[in-house]
Amino acid sequence: MSASANTTKQVTFKSVFLRNRVLLLKIAIHLLAFLPLFGLYFLAFTEQLGADPVEEVIHFTGIGAFNLLLLSLMISPMAKKFRQGYLVQTRRLIGLYSFTYACLHLLNFLAFEVQFDLKLFFNEILDRPYITVGMAALIILLSLAITSITALRRRMGQKWQKLHNWVYIAALLIALHFFWSVKSDIVEPMIYFTIALFLLALRKDKIKRWFK
Amino acid sequence: MLIKTRKSYQLSEQQVTDESVYHSRRDLLKKLGYLGAGSLLAQSAASQASPIDFFSSKKDTVFQRHALTYAKAEESSQILTPEAKITTHNNFYEFGTNKGDPVENAQDFNVNPWQLKISGEVDKPYTLGYDDLFKRFPLEERIYRLRCVEAWSMVVPWVGFGLAQLIKQAAPNSKAKYVAFETLYDPKQMPGQESRRIGGGVQYPYVEGLRIDEAMNPLTFMSVGLYGKTLPAQNGAPIRLVVPWKYGFKSIKSIVGIKLVEHKPPTTWNILAKNEYGFYANVNPEVDHPRWSQASERRITTGGLFARNRIATLPFNGYGEEVAQLYKGMDLRKNY
Repeated sequence: MSASANTTKQVTFKSVFLRNRVLLLKIAIHLLAFLPLFGLYFLAFTEQLGADPVEEVIHFTGIGAFNLLLLSLMISPMAKKFRQGYLVQTRRLIGLYSFTYACLHLLNFLAFEVQFDLKLFFNEILDRPYITVGMAALIILLSLAITSITALRRRMGQKWQKLHNWVYIAALLIALHFFWSVKSDIVEPMIYFTIALFLLALRKDKIKRWFK
Repeated sequence: MLIKTRKSYQLSEQQVTDESVYHSRRDLLKKLGYLGAGSLLAQSAASQASPIDFFSSKKDTVFQRHALTYAKAEESSQILTPEAKITTHNNFYEFGTNKGDPVENAQDFNVNPWQLKISGEVDKPYTLGYDDLFKRFPLEERIYRLRCVEAWSMVVPWVGFGLAQLIKQAAPNSKAKYVAFETLYDPKQMPGQESRRIGGGVQYPYVEGLRIDEAMNPLTFMSVGLYGKTLPAQNGAPIRLVVPWKYGFKSIKSIVGIKLVEHKPPTTWNILAKNEYGFYANVNPEVDHPRWSQASERRITTGGLFARNRIATLPFNGYGEEVAQLYKGMDLRKNY
Protein backbone atom coordinates (compact mmCIF):
# COMPACT_ATOMS: atom_id res chain seq x y z
CA MET A 1 0.00 0.00 0.00
CA SER A 2 2.59 2.52 1.11
CA ALA A 3 5.03 1.31 -1.52
CA SER A 4 2.60 2.07 -4.32
CA ALA A 5 2.00 5.60 -2.93
CA ASN A 6 5.70 6.24 -3.13
CA THR A 7 5.91 5.29 -6.77
CA THR A 8 3.00 7.50 -7.84
CA LYS A 9 4.20 10.62 -6.02
CA GLN A 10 7.83 10.88 -5.13
CA VAL A 11 8.64 13.39 -2.42
CA THR A 12 12.09 14.59 -3.36
CA PHE A 13 14.04 17.60 -2.26
CA LYS A 14 13.62 19.03 -5.72
CA SER A 15 9.86 18.70 -5.74
CA VAL A 16 9.53 20.36 -2.35
CA PHE A 17 11.78 23.14 -3.54
CA LEU A 18 9.80 23.67 -6.74
CA ARG A 19 6.49 23.69 -4.94
CA ASN A 20 7.73 26.31 -2.48
CA ARG A 21 10.01 28.32 -4.70
CA VAL A 22 7.90 31.49 -4.54
CA LEU A 23 7.81 31.31 -0.77
CA LEU A 24 11.56 30.72 -0.61
CA LEU A 25 12.20 33.60 -2.97
CA LYS A 26 10.06 35.85 -0.84
CA ILE A 27 11.93 34.88 2.30
CA ALA A 28 15.18 35.67 0.50
CA ILE A 29 13.81 39.06 -0.59
CA HIS A 30 12.73 39.84 2.97
CA LEU A 31 16.20 39.03 4.26
CA LEU A 32 18.09 40.84 1.51
CA ALA A 33 15.96 43.96 1.80
CA PHE A 34 15.48 44.11 5.54
CA LEU A 35 18.90 43.11 6.88
CA PRO A 36 20.79 45.99 5.24
CA LEU A 37 18.30 48.41 6.78
CA PHE A 38 18.73 46.82 10.16
CA GLY A 39 22.51 46.97 9.76
CA LEU A 40 22.41 50.58 8.63
CA TYR A 41 20.44 51.84 11.60
CA PHE A 42 22.37 49.65 13.98
CA LEU A 43 25.61 51.25 12.80
CA ALA A 44 24.02 54.70 12.89
CA PHE A 45 22.65 54.31 16.41
CA THR A 46 25.94 52.96 17.72
CA GLU A 47 27.89 55.82 16.11
CA GLN A 48 29.79 53.63 13.70
CA LEU A 49 28.71 55.40 10.56
CA GLY A 50 31.41 58.01 10.28
CA ALA A 51 31.52 61.72 10.88
CA ASP A 52 28.21 62.45 9.23
CA PRO A 53 25.79 59.56 9.72
CA VAL A 54 23.00 61.81 8.44
CA GLU A 55 24.40 61.91 4.94
CA GLU A 56 25.05 58.15 5.08
CA VAL A 57 21.51 57.13 6.06
CA ILE A 58 19.97 59.49 3.52
CA HIS A 59 22.13 58.25 0.65
CA PHE A 60 21.86 54.59 1.63
CA THR A 61 18.07 54.55 1.77
CA GLY A 62 17.79 56.67 -1.40
CA ILE A 63 20.05 54.42 -3.45
CA GLY A 64 18.41 51.37 -1.88
CA ALA A 65 14.95 52.54 -2.96
CA PHE A 66 16.18 53.05 -6.51
CA ASN A 67 17.98 49.70 -6.64
CA LEU A 68 14.83 47.91 -5.51
CA LEU A 69 12.59 49.78 -7.93
CA LEU A 70 14.86 48.91 -10.85
CA LEU A 71 14.95 45.31 -9.66
CA SER A 72 11.16 45.20 -9.61
CA LEU A 73 11.15 46.49 -13.18
CA MET A 74 13.50 43.69 -14.22
CA ILE A 75 11.16 40.98 -12.98
CA SER A 76 8.64 40.76 -15.79
CA PRO A 77 11.20 40.97 -18.65
CA MET A 78 13.17 38.20 -16.92
CA ALA A 79 10.08 36.08 -16.32
CA LYS A 80 9.25 36.34 -20.01
CA LYS A 81 12.74 35.74 -21.31
CA PHE A 82 13.44 32.72 -19.16
CA ARG A 83 9.83 31.50 -19.11
CA GLN A 84 9.68 31.60 -15.34
CA GLY A 85 6.21 33.00 -14.81
CA TYR A 86 6.25 32.48 -11.06
CA LEU A 87 8.85 35.25 -10.70
CA VAL A 88 6.12 37.81 -11.23
CA GLN A 89 4.67 36.82 -7.86
CA THR A 90 7.66 38.47 -6.17
CA ARG A 91 7.21 41.82 -7.89
CA ARG A 92 4.81 43.36 -5.42
CA LEU A 93 7.03 42.56 -2.45
CA ILE A 94 10.08 44.15 -4.09
CA GLY A 95 8.03 47.18 -5.05
CA LEU A 96 6.77 47.56 -1.48
CA TYR A 97 10.31 47.38 -0.15
CA SER A 98 11.33 50.07 -2.61
CA PHE A 99 8.51 52.21 -1.24
CA THR A 100 9.64 51.47 2.34
CA TYR A 101 13.19 52.58 1.54
CA ALA A 102 11.87 55.70 -0.16
CA CYS A 103 9.74 56.56 2.90
CA LEU A 104 12.76 56.15 5.15
CA HIS A 105 14.77 58.30 2.75
CA LEU A 106 12.27 61.13 3.24
CA LEU A 107 11.94 60.51 6.99
CA ASN A 108 15.72 60.64 7.37
CA PHE A 109 15.74 63.96 5.57
CA LEU A 110 12.95 65.29 7.80
CA ALA A 111 14.26 63.95 11.11
CA PHE A 112 18.03 64.19 10.74
CA GLU A 113 18.78 66.69 7.98
CA VAL A 114 16.24 69.48 8.60
CA GLN A 115 15.57 68.16 12.14
CA PHE A 116 11.80 68.72 12.10
CA ASP A 117 12.09 72.33 11.01
CA LEU A 118 8.81 71.99 9.10
CA LYS A 119 9.05 75.38 7.44
CA LEU A 120 12.45 74.52 6.03
CA PHE A 121 11.19 71.04 5.11
CA PHE A 122 8.30 72.27 3.00
CA ASN A 123 10.28 75.16 1.56
CA GLU A 124 12.98 72.77 0.40
CA ILE A 125 10.43 70.43 -1.18
CA LEU A 126 8.78 73.28 -3.05
CA ASP A 127 11.80 75.46 -3.86
CA ARG A 128 14.39 72.90 -4.85
CA PRO A 129 13.53 71.26 -8.16
CA TYR A 130 15.49 68.10 -7.43
CA ILE A 131 13.62 67.57 -4.17
CA THR A 132 10.29 68.41 -5.81
CA VAL A 133 10.99 65.74 -8.41
CA GLY A 134 11.89 63.21 -5.72
CA MET A 135 8.73 64.03 -3.81
CA ALA A 136 6.63 63.56 -6.95
CA ALA A 137 8.18 60.12 -7.41
CA LEU A 138 7.42 59.24 -3.79
CA ILE A 139 3.77 60.24 -4.23
CA ILE A 140 3.55 57.94 -7.24
CA LEU A 141 5.10 55.09 -5.23
CA LEU A 142 2.66 55.80 -2.40
CA SER A 143 -0.35 55.49 -4.67
CA LEU A 144 1.05 52.27 -6.14
CA ALA A 145 1.71 50.85 -2.67
CA ILE A 146 -1.83 51.58 -1.46
CA THR A 147 -3.44 50.07 -4.55
CA SER A 148 -1.26 46.98 -4.33
CA ILE A 149 -3.76 45.50 -1.90
CA THR A 150 -5.44 42.62 -3.74
CA ALA A 151 -8.99 43.71 -2.91
CA LEU A 152 -8.38 47.19 -4.29
CA ARG A 153 -6.71 45.80 -7.36
CA ARG A 154 -9.77 43.68 -8.13
CA ARG A 155 -12.14 46.57 -7.58
CA MET A 156 -10.14 48.91 -9.84
CA GLY A 157 -10.25 46.61 -12.85
CA GLN A 158 -8.56 48.13 -15.90
CA LYS A 159 -7.79 51.36 -14.14
CA TRP A 160 -5.31 49.50 -11.96
CA GLN A 161 -2.92 48.76 -14.81
CA LYS A 162 -3.16 52.35 -16.00
CA LEU A 163 -2.23 53.64 -12.58
CA HIS A 164 0.60 51.17 -12.17
CA ASN A 165 2.13 52.17 -15.51
CA TRP A 166 3.09 55.35 -13.68
CA VAL A 167 5.96 53.36 -12.20
CA TYR A 168 7.88 54.15 -15.41
CA ILE A 169 7.43 57.87 -14.79
CA ALA A 170 8.57 57.34 -11.19
CA ALA A 171 11.75 55.56 -12.34
CA LEU A 172 12.63 58.46 -14.62
CA LEU A 173 11.86 61.04 -11.93
CA ILE A 174 14.09 59.22 -9.45
CA ALA A 175 16.90 59.05 -12.00
CA LEU A 176 16.53 62.81 -12.50
CA HIS A 177 16.38 63.40 -8.75
CA PHE A 178 19.65 61.51 -8.30
CA PHE A 179 21.34 63.19 -11.25
CA TRP A 180 20.31 66.63 -10.04
CA SER A 181 21.35 66.10 -6.43
CA VAL A 182 25.06 65.54 -6.98
CA LYS A 183 27.65 68.30 -7.15
CA SER A 184 29.75 67.07 -10.02
CA ASP A 185 30.19 63.30 -9.87
CA ILE A 186 27.62 62.39 -12.48
CA VAL A 187 29.00 58.99 -13.47
CA GLU A 188 26.92 56.97 -11.02
CA PRO A 189 23.67 58.84 -11.79
CA MET A 190 24.38 58.30 -15.50
CA ILE A 191 24.73 54.56 -14.96
CA TYR A 192 21.38 54.54 -13.19
CA PHE A 193 19.77 56.64 -15.92
CA THR A 194 21.01 54.20 -18.53
CA ILE A 195 19.64 51.20 -16.65
CA ALA A 196 16.27 52.93 -16.22
CA LEU A 197 16.12 53.81 -19.93
CA PHE A 198 17.08 50.25 -20.85
CA LEU A 199 14.26 48.84 -18.73
CA LEU A 200 11.84 51.24 -20.39
CA ALA A 201 13.17 50.36 -23.84
CA LEU A 202 12.27 46.71 -23.17
CA ARG A 203 8.69 47.91 -22.96
CA LYS A 204 8.77 50.13 -26.00
CA ASP A 205 5.83 48.42 -27.71
CA LYS A 206 3.66 48.89 -24.66
CA ILE A 207 4.69 52.53 -24.29
CA LYS A 208 4.11 53.20 -28.02
CA ARG A 209 0.56 51.92 -27.67
CA TRP A 210 -0.26 54.63 -25.13
CA PHE A 211 0.50 57.31 -27.65
CA LYS A 212 -1.75 55.83 -30.34
CA MET B 1 48.28 71.84 44.84
CA LEU B 2 48.17 71.25 41.12
CA ILE B 3 44.74 71.81 39.69
CA LYS B 4 44.38 70.74 36.10
CA THR B 5 41.62 72.51 34.27
CA ARG B 6 40.46 71.04 31.04
CA LYS B 7 40.05 73.55 28.27
CA SER B 8 36.83 73.39 26.32
CA TYR B 9 38.61 72.08 23.26
CA GLN B 10 40.58 69.47 25.15
CA LEU B 11 38.20 66.66 24.62
CA SER B 12 38.73 63.61 26.71
CA GLU B 13 39.68 60.35 25.08
CA GLN B 14 36.35 58.67 25.61
CA GLN B 15 34.61 61.44 23.69
CA VAL B 16 36.53 60.51 20.62
CA THR B 17 35.43 57.54 18.59
CA ASP B 18 38.19 55.08 17.98
CA GLU B 19 40.01 55.74 14.75
CA SER B 20 39.84 52.18 13.54
CA VAL B 21 36.08 52.21 13.82
CA TYR B 22 35.98 55.22 11.55
CA HIS B 23 38.28 53.67 9.04
CA SER B 24 36.27 50.50 8.87
CA ARG B 25 32.99 52.26 8.16
CA ARG B 26 33.18 51.99 4.36
CA ASP B 27 33.94 48.33 4.71
CA LEU B 28 30.93 47.89 6.96
CA LEU B 29 28.70 49.53 4.38
CA LYS B 30 30.21 47.44 1.63
CA LYS B 31 29.50 44.34 3.62
CA LEU B 32 25.90 45.44 3.86
CA GLY B 33 26.10 45.15 0.11
CA TYR B 34 23.82 47.97 -0.78
CA LEU B 35 25.94 50.75 -2.17
CA GLY B 36 25.21 52.00 -5.63
CA ALA B 37 26.66 50.62 -8.82
CA GLY B 38 29.19 53.42 -9.00
CA SER B 39 30.56 52.68 -5.57
CA LEU B 40 31.04 49.09 -6.59
CA LEU B 41 33.05 50.23 -9.58
CA ALA B 42 34.98 52.70 -7.45
CA GLN B 43 35.77 49.96 -4.99
CA SER B 44 38.01 48.08 -7.38
CA ALA B 45 39.91 51.16 -8.39
CA ALA B 46 40.14 52.76 -5.00
CA SER B 47 40.90 50.11 -2.47
CA GLN B 48 41.59 47.02 -4.55
CA ALA B 49 39.30 45.16 -2.20
CA SER B 50 39.54 41.44 -2.53
CA PRO B 51 37.60 38.81 -0.63
CA ILE B 52 40.65 38.43 1.59
CA ASP B 53 40.23 42.01 2.78
CA PHE B 54 37.12 40.80 4.48
CA PHE B 55 39.27 39.13 7.08
CA SER B 56 42.26 41.43 7.25
CA SER B 57 41.39 44.99 6.35
CA LYS B 58 44.94 46.04 7.07
CA LYS B 59 46.46 48.99 5.24
CA ASP B 60 49.94 48.57 3.82
CA THR B 61 51.00 52.09 4.62
CA VAL B 62 49.67 54.69 7.00
CA PHE B 63 50.33 58.35 6.33
CA GLN B 64 52.80 59.60 8.94
CA ARG B 65 52.06 62.71 11.00
CA HIS B 66 54.46 64.49 13.30
CA ALA B 67 53.94 66.62 16.38
CA LEU B 68 54.40 70.36 15.85
CA THR B 69 55.68 73.13 18.09
CA TYR B 70 53.35 76.13 18.03
CA ALA B 71 51.69 78.83 20.09
CA LYS B 72 48.44 77.48 21.48
CA ALA B 73 45.17 79.24 20.69
CA GLU B 74 43.29 81.06 23.39
CA GLU B 75 40.61 79.10 25.12
CA SER B 76 37.50 78.86 23.00
CA SER B 77 33.93 78.29 24.11
CA GLN B 78 33.21 76.44 20.88
CA ILE B 79 32.97 72.69 20.96
CA LEU B 80 35.63 71.31 18.67
CA THR B 81 34.84 68.67 16.10
CA PRO B 82 36.64 65.49 17.19
CA GLU B 83 39.81 64.74 15.28
CA ALA B 84 38.46 61.42 14.05
CA LYS B 85 35.62 63.23 12.28
CA ILE B 86 37.78 65.98 10.81
CA THR B 87 40.09 63.37 9.34
CA THR B 88 37.48 60.96 7.93
CA HIS B 89 34.93 63.32 6.41
CA ASN B 90 36.67 65.08 3.57
CA ASN B 91 35.90 66.67 0.26
CA PHE B 92 39.16 66.12 -1.59
CA TYR B 93 38.05 64.86 -5.00
CA GLU B 94 41.64 64.14 -6.04
CA PHE B 95 41.22 61.08 -3.81
CA GLY B 96 37.57 60.28 -4.63
CA THR B 97 34.21 61.97 -4.32
CA ASN B 98 32.74 60.15 -1.32
CA LYS B 99 33.47 61.71 2.06
CA GLY B 100 35.26 58.56 3.22
CA ASP B 101 37.34 58.11 0.04
CA PRO B 102 40.21 60.51 0.83
CA VAL B 103 41.11 58.82 4.12
CA GLU B 104 41.13 55.47 2.31
CA ASN B 105 42.98 56.52 -0.80
CA ALA B 106 45.46 59.10 0.48
CA GLN B 107 47.38 56.99 2.95
CA ASP B 108 50.41 56.53 0.73
CA PHE B 109 50.42 60.11 -0.53
CA ASN B 110 54.04 61.26 -0.52
CA VAL B 111 54.53 64.88 0.59
CA ASN B 112 58.24 64.91 1.32
CA PRO B 113 59.99 66.27 -0.73
CA TRP B 114 57.60 69.14 -1.49
CA GLN B 115 57.97 72.41 -3.31
CA LEU B 116 55.75 75.43 -2.83
CA LYS B 117 56.60 78.16 -5.34
CA ILE B 118 55.69 81.78 -4.66
CA SER B 119 55.91 83.71 -7.93
CA GLY B 120 54.25 86.14 -10.29
CA GLU B 121 54.06 89.89 -9.67
CA VAL B 122 56.66 89.87 -6.92
CA ASP B 123 60.18 91.24 -6.54
CA LYS B 124 61.50 88.25 -4.64
CA PRO B 125 60.02 85.00 -5.84
CA TYR B 126 61.01 82.02 -3.71
CA THR B 127 60.36 78.36 -3.09
CA LEU B 128 59.66 76.59 0.17
CA GLY B 129 60.78 73.02 0.64
CA TYR B 130 59.06 70.53 2.93
CA ASP B 131 60.97 71.49 6.08
CA ASP B 132 60.60 75.21 5.34
CA LEU B 133 56.83 74.85 5.58
CA PHE B 134 57.18 74.25 9.31
CA LYS B 135 60.24 76.43 10.02
CA ARG B 136 60.14 79.59 7.93
CA PHE B 137 57.30 81.22 9.86
CA PRO B 138 56.39 80.88 13.54
CA LEU B 139 53.50 78.45 13.90
CA GLU B 140 50.37 79.24 15.85
CA GLU B 141 47.04 77.53 16.48
CA ARG B 142 43.76 78.98 15.19
CA ILE B 143 40.38 77.56 16.03
CA TYR B 144 38.16 78.26 13.03
CA ARG B 145 34.67 77.31 11.97
CA LEU B 146 34.67 75.59 8.58
CA ARG B 147 31.41 75.95 6.66
CA CYS B 148 31.00 73.66 3.69
CA VAL B 149 28.88 74.80 0.74
CA GLU B 150 26.90 71.57 1.32
CA ALA B 151 25.49 73.11 4.51
CA TRP B 152 27.46 71.25 7.18
CA SER B 153 30.19 72.72 9.34
CA MET B 154 32.97 71.78 11.72
CA VAL B 155 35.19 73.54 14.26
CA VAL B 156 38.85 72.83 13.57
CA PRO B 157 42.02 73.64 15.54
CA TRP B 158 44.42 74.41 12.70
CA VAL B 159 48.15 74.97 13.10
CA GLY B 160 49.95 77.26 10.67
CA PHE B 161 50.76 80.88 9.88
CA GLY B 162 49.12 83.91 8.28
CA LEU B 163 49.17 83.97 4.47
CA ALA B 164 50.13 87.66 4.69
CA GLN B 165 53.56 86.75 6.09
CA LEU B 166 54.25 84.41 3.21
CA ILE B 167 53.17 87.00 0.63
CA LYS B 168 55.08 89.89 2.23
CA GLN B 169 58.29 87.90 2.08
CA ALA B 170 57.97 87.79 -1.71
CA ALA B 171 57.57 91.59 -1.90
CA PRO B 172 54.60 91.88 -4.26
CA ASN B 173 54.68 94.74 -6.78
CA SER B 174 51.87 97.18 -7.63
CA LYS B 175 50.42 94.86 -10.27
CA ALA B 176 49.64 92.17 -7.69
CA LYS B 177 45.84 92.45 -7.43
CA TYR B 178 44.93 88.81 -6.96
CA VAL B 179 46.48 85.65 -5.59
CA ALA B 180 46.15 82.39 -7.54
CA PHE B 181 46.63 79.03 -5.82
CA GLU B 182 47.25 75.64 -7.35
CA THR B 183 47.06 72.10 -5.96
CA LEU B 184 49.63 69.46 -6.86
CA TYR B 185 48.95 67.72 -10.16
CA ASP B 186 50.16 64.15 -9.87
CA PRO B 187 47.75 61.58 -11.35
CA LYS B 188 50.03 58.74 -10.23
CA GLN B 189 49.39 59.66 -6.62
CA MET B 190 45.93 61.13 -6.99
CA PRO B 191 43.49 58.60 -8.48
CA GLY B 192 40.86 61.32 -8.96
CA GLN B 193 43.15 63.14 -11.39
CA GLU B 194 43.88 59.92 -13.23
CA SER B 195 40.25 58.95 -13.71
CA ARG B 196 37.33 61.28 -14.44
CA ARG B 197 35.02 58.82 -12.74
CA ILE B 198 36.88 58.84 -9.43
CA GLY B 199 37.61 62.58 -9.61
CA GLY B 200 34.00 63.64 -10.16
CA GLY B 201 34.57 65.26 -13.54
CA VAL B 202 36.56 68.13 -12.06
CA GLN B 203 39.21 69.79 -14.23
CA TYR B 204 42.60 69.34 -12.55
CA PRO B 205 44.79 70.74 -11.14
CA TYR B 206 42.42 72.34 -8.66
CA VAL B 207 42.87 76.11 -8.67
CA GLU B 208 41.60 78.82 -6.37
CA GLY B 209 41.99 82.54 -5.97
CA LEU B 210 41.61 85.48 -3.63
CA ARG B 211 41.67 89.23 -4.03
CA ILE B 212 44.95 90.58 -2.60
CA ASP B 213 43.19 92.37 0.28
CA GLU B 214 41.39 89.12 1.17
CA ALA B 215 44.69 87.28 1.06
CA MET B 216 46.37 89.86 3.31
CA ASN B 217 43.55 89.81 5.89
CA PRO B 218 44.89 88.57 9.24
CA LEU B 219 42.28 85.77 9.31
CA THR B 220 43.55 84.19 6.10
CA PHE B 221 45.66 81.26 7.16
CA MET B 222 48.07 78.73 5.73
CA SER B 223 47.59 75.51 7.64
CA VAL B 224 50.30 72.90 8.00
CA GLY B 225 48.66 70.97 10.81
CA LEU B 226 45.61 70.22 12.91
CA TYR B 227 45.13 68.99 16.45
CA GLY B 228 48.80 69.73 17.14
CA LYS B 229 50.21 67.47 14.44
CA THR B 230 51.08 67.88 10.77
CA LEU B 231 48.09 67.63 8.42
CA PRO B 232 46.79 64.21 7.44
CA ALA B 233 47.02 63.64 3.68
CA GLN B 234 43.24 63.72 3.32
CA ASN B 235 43.06 67.18 4.89
CA GLY B 236 45.47 68.69 2.39
CA ALA B 237 48.98 67.84 3.54
CA PRO B 238 51.51 69.27 3.68
CA ILE B 239 50.07 72.78 3.33
CA ARG B 240 46.64 74.19 2.61
CA LEU B 241 44.74 77.43 2.67
CA VAL B 242 42.07 78.21 5.28
CA VAL B 243 39.70 81.11 4.63
CA PRO B 244 37.17 80.80 7.43
CA TRP B 245 34.57 83.29 6.16
CA LYS B 246 34.26 81.55 2.79
CA TYR B 247 32.76 78.20 1.83
CA GLY B 248 35.17 75.33 2.30
CA PHE B 249 35.94 74.78 -1.38
CA LYS B 250 37.92 78.07 -1.39
CA SER B 251 40.35 76.56 1.12
CA ILE B 252 42.49 74.75 -1.45
CA LYS B 253 44.55 71.75 -0.34
CA SER B 254 48.08 70.42 -0.98
CA ILE B 255 49.30 73.65 -2.54
CA VAL B 256 52.35 73.75 -4.85
CA GLY B 257 51.93 77.21 -6.35
CA ILE B 258 50.98 80.66 -5.09
CA LYS B 259 51.12 83.27 -7.82
CA LEU B 260 50.47 86.97 -7.46
CA VAL B 261 48.57 88.10 -10.56
CA GLU B 262 47.00 91.21 -12.04
CA HIS B 263 43.68 89.74 -13.19
CA LYS B 264 41.07 87.64 -11.46
CA PRO B 265 42.28 84.03 -11.72
CA PRO B 266 40.00 81.12 -12.69
CA THR B 267 38.69 79.00 -9.81
CA THR B 268 37.80 75.32 -10.05
CA TRP B 269 34.17 75.18 -8.91
CA ASN B 270 33.35 78.36 -10.78
CA ILE B 271 34.64 76.74 -13.97
CA LEU B 272 32.50 73.69 -13.24
CA ALA B 273 29.23 75.51 -12.49
CA LYS B 274 29.29 79.29 -12.83
CA ASN B 275 25.75 79.83 -11.61
CA GLU B 276 26.31 77.79 -8.44
CA TYR B 277 29.80 78.76 -7.26
CA GLY B 278 31.11 82.31 -7.51
CA PHE B 279 34.63 83.68 -7.18
CA TYR B 280 33.92 85.20 -3.77
CA ALA B 281 31.95 82.33 -2.19
CA ASN B 282 31.52 84.22 1.07
CA VAL B 283 29.34 82.37 3.54
CA ASN B 284 25.98 84.10 3.23
CA PRO B 285 22.69 82.82 4.69
CA GLU B 286 20.78 85.27 2.46
CA VAL B 287 22.01 83.85 -0.81
CA ASP B 288 21.00 80.24 -1.37
CA HIS B 289 22.81 77.73 -3.49
CA PRO B 290 20.48 77.26 -6.48
CA ARG B 291 19.75 73.72 -5.31
CA TRP B 292 19.61 74.08 -1.54
CA SER B 293 19.22 76.58 1.27
CA GLN B 294 22.23 78.21 2.91
CA ALA B 295 20.22 79.73 5.75
CA SER B 296 21.23 77.07 8.26
CA GLU B 297 23.79 74.32 8.67
CA ARG B 298 24.45 71.11 10.55
CA ARG B 299 27.35 71.60 12.94
CA ILE B 300 29.24 68.32 13.16
CA THR B 301 30.78 67.93 16.62
CA THR B 302 30.50 65.15 19.14
CA GLY B 303 26.89 64.05 18.49
CA GLY B 304 25.70 61.27 16.22
CA LEU B 305 22.58 60.68 14.17
CA PHE B 306 20.30 62.23 16.76
CA ALA B 307 22.33 65.37 17.41
CA ARG B 308 20.14 68.43 17.31
CA ASN B 309 22.84 70.35 15.55
CA ARG B 310 21.06 72.50 13.00
CA ILE B 311 22.06 76.08 13.65
CA ALA B 312 21.56 79.36 11.83
CA THR B 313 24.33 80.23 9.38
CA LEU B 314 25.92 83.59 10.09
CA PRO B 315 26.98 86.14 7.46
CA PHE B 316 30.68 85.65 6.70
CA ASN B 317 30.45 82.55 8.88
CA GLY B 318 30.45 84.80 11.95
CA TYR B 319 33.63 86.67 10.96
CA GLY B 320 31.83 89.79 9.70
CA GLU B 321 33.56 92.06 12.17
CA GLU B 322 36.92 91.18 10.68
CA VAL B 323 36.07 90.99 6.99
CA ALA B 324 32.77 92.72 6.13
CA GLN B 325 34.60 95.96 5.26
CA LEU B 326 36.37 94.16 2.42
CA TYR B 327 33.08 94.05 0.54
CA LYS B 328 31.70 97.53 1.24
CA GLY B 329 29.50 98.73 -1.58
CA MET B 330 29.47 95.37 -3.33
CA ASP B 331 26.25 93.58 -4.19
CA LEU B 332 26.85 90.22 -2.53
CA ARG B 333 23.88 88.68 -4.35
CA LYS B 334 25.65 89.27 -7.63
CA ASN B 335 29.11 88.61 -6.26
CA TYR B 336 28.23 85.29 -4.63
